[in-house]
Amino acid sequence: MSGQDRQLPGLMEGFIAIVRRDLLLAWKRPGDVLNPLFFFAMVASLFPLAAAPSPEQLMLNGPGVVWVAALLATLLSLNSLFLSDFEDGSLDQIILSPQPLPLLGLGKAAAHWLLSGLPLVLVSPLIAVSYRMPADIVGVMMLTLALGTVSLSLLGAIGAALTVGLNRGNALLSLLIMPLAMPVLIFGARTVSLAATGDPYAAGIYFLAAYCMLALTLAPFATAAALKISNE
Amino acid sequence: MWSFLHKLASPPHFYGISARMIPWFYAAGLLAVAYGSVAGLFYAPADEEMNDGFRIIYVHVPAAFISMSAYMVMAIGAGIGLIWRMKLAHAVAAGAAPLGAWFTFLALITGSIWGRPMWGTWWEWGDPRLTSELLLLFLYFGYMALRAAIDDTAKADKASAVLALVGAVNIPIIHFSVEWWTSLHQGSTLLKSGGPAMHPDMLYPLLAMILGFALLFAALLLARVRTEVLHRERRTRWVRDLIMPAGEAA
Amino acid sequence: MTELLSGNDLCLLRGDRCLFQRLNFALNCGELLFVEGVNGSGKTSLLRGIAGLLDFESGYITWDGQKILDAYQGFRSDLVWLSHRVGFKGELNLLENLQFESALRSCSMEKTAAVIERLSLAPLTSLPFRYLSAGQQRRVALARMLLANARLWIMDEPFTYLDKAGQALVAELISEHLAGGGLCVAASHQAVDIAAPTQRVTLQ
Repeated sequence: MSGQDRQLPGLMEGFIAIVRRDLLLAWKRPGDVLNPLFFFAMVASLFPLAAAPSPEQLMLNGPGVVWVAALLATLLSLNSLFLSDFEDGSLDQIILSPQPLPLLGLGKAAAHWLLSGLPLVLVSPLIAVSYRMPADIVGVMMLTLALGTVSLSLLGAIGAALTVGLNRGNALLSLLIMPLAMPVLIFGARTVSLAATGDPYAAGIYFLAAYCMLALTLAPFATAAALKISNE
Repeated sequence: MWSFLHKLASPPHFYGISARMIPWFYAAGLLAVAYGSVAGLFYAPADEEMNDGFRIIYVHVPAAFISMSAYMVMAIGAGIGLIWRMKLAHAVAAGAAPLGAWFTFLALITGSIWGRPMWGTWWEWGDPRLTSELLLLFLYFGYMALRAAIDDTAKADKASAVLALVGAVNIPIIHFSVEWWTSLHQGSTLLKSGGPAMHPDMLYPLLAMILGFALLFAALLLARVRTEVLHRERRTRWVRDLIMPAGEAA
Repeated sequence: MTELLSGNDLCLLRGDRCLFQRLNFALNCGELLFVEGVNGSGKTSLLRGIAGLLDFESGYITWDGQKILDAYQGFRSDLVWLSHRVGFKGELNLLENLQFESALRSCSMEKTAAVIERLSLAPLTSLPFRYLSAGQQRRVALARMLLANARLWIMDEPFTYLDKAGQALVAELISEHLAGGGLCVAASHQAVDIAAPTQRVTLQ
């Protein structure tokens, strides 16, 4: 047998493989990507309809509303992150593959961001325009959303891994992740508001970037630990 | 030292030792709280701005202190349990969570009561400490909900331990971000009374109350962990012997 | 210690119930460990424990003289796993599924055509996996085992859903694997006839 002298696989191979597979799956099942996106657009349009704000109020509250909608849409799509892998037994195979599990967890989070965070960032200008945000503010908003949704995907992967296979996991996931996601929400929304009122806002961007780096470093390990525990 | 800790970690030993410790914690805790309440409520001078209204800090500040410490106890217990697979540590984490949630709740209520005369409203989003406490309460809820959702105790221990550790990393960040947010919020810099410039007659009762709350928390925690240990070890010989001494069993 | 795979004083609880305790085994190249027992006797749990997916209450598994959790990544590269949930994606076809698997294990796809031929899966390669019958899905899982090129096969109920020919094929594949110096741990509630040195563990 050639088993004895086999090398351990290269680090990026597994990561790329899992991102590729999840993108392929999403391509064959586009509803999973589109539904949270529609949800995002709908929640964002609920506010002007329900509150009937004046144009000034709309501009003032817009960043907060967009961010809350983004958080909710991300949570919605997170629930299914590991669910099908758990149900069809792929999670066993993933955990038992010779790849480091944190890296595979990172791959799942990366695929999740590409499929939910990135489309959200790309759609957000439409909502911003309807909220009468000036063009330069829209750029700031997209930047905060880009940094923030990466953090949310990473943080959410931990929650999804902890709740996979539990009954009523859906509500539980939101309960676990929302308080943890509060810094991202606060900094994301406040930074855009500051930019809108013409105040210096760079500190908020720096914070979001720092938080993103921290999540990138630590979250995959928590995800891996949680996955192993949930799959017992 | 090591052998002592090792022995303490064995459930029957812990069960015996904790029984002897709890009354002392209760006694010392009640003594400290008694001194703190009497001195704080009757002898400490009234505050210049807030008159007698400030006296609620004798409950509010200790409760807030314990609410944070309980999370630390929980996270440390969870970490030890996860890394060294010590079941007693998991039991401590499980026992600390509901207590911590109650103290957080107490801190929120007293903070809100205090806020009424101060800000003219029961709840002020602009106050960073109160908002952080609220998020802390949500973190406790999440932890307890996750435990409740998992039937298998060993699995619940490990999953909730991961969550507790993630939360422990996040708590300072949450606190900082809430503070940053409110520093942009004008007119909410009301909370300055807790500074070190406090009159000693006000300060000592407060310190006594904090100590007393901590001791009472320890006593309650030990009692909870004892029950938890008994429940978890219900199949073992020592628990059976405890409930049904050898003579009666025959 | 000369044996490659060993279980030492294993004990496992499920809820309040003790599934087994003081369980020992030692397995060498070319040997089969056959776990038998009725439904619910803990066969699957034992297998999951051997693979390191589950923590035993006490006791440990060694592989090549090391506890598996101390060198878990190396152990995993020597291992391939088959269970009743086959672990393929219903939306992807057979080849896409196997491609993902081999990327995870960094093994080549050269042998794929031959393996697919041998398992009579050739007409099914472009169908989405969920359209395959349960027995066909099991055959694809066997293809994974052959492609993975791992020394240790862990198989939970390898004979279910398969027809007579399929069952004979599984027995043949296991015999070949063992003859080539591999190890196999299999759990089943039915008796099987595999010509290889076999150790039996019977769970109550």
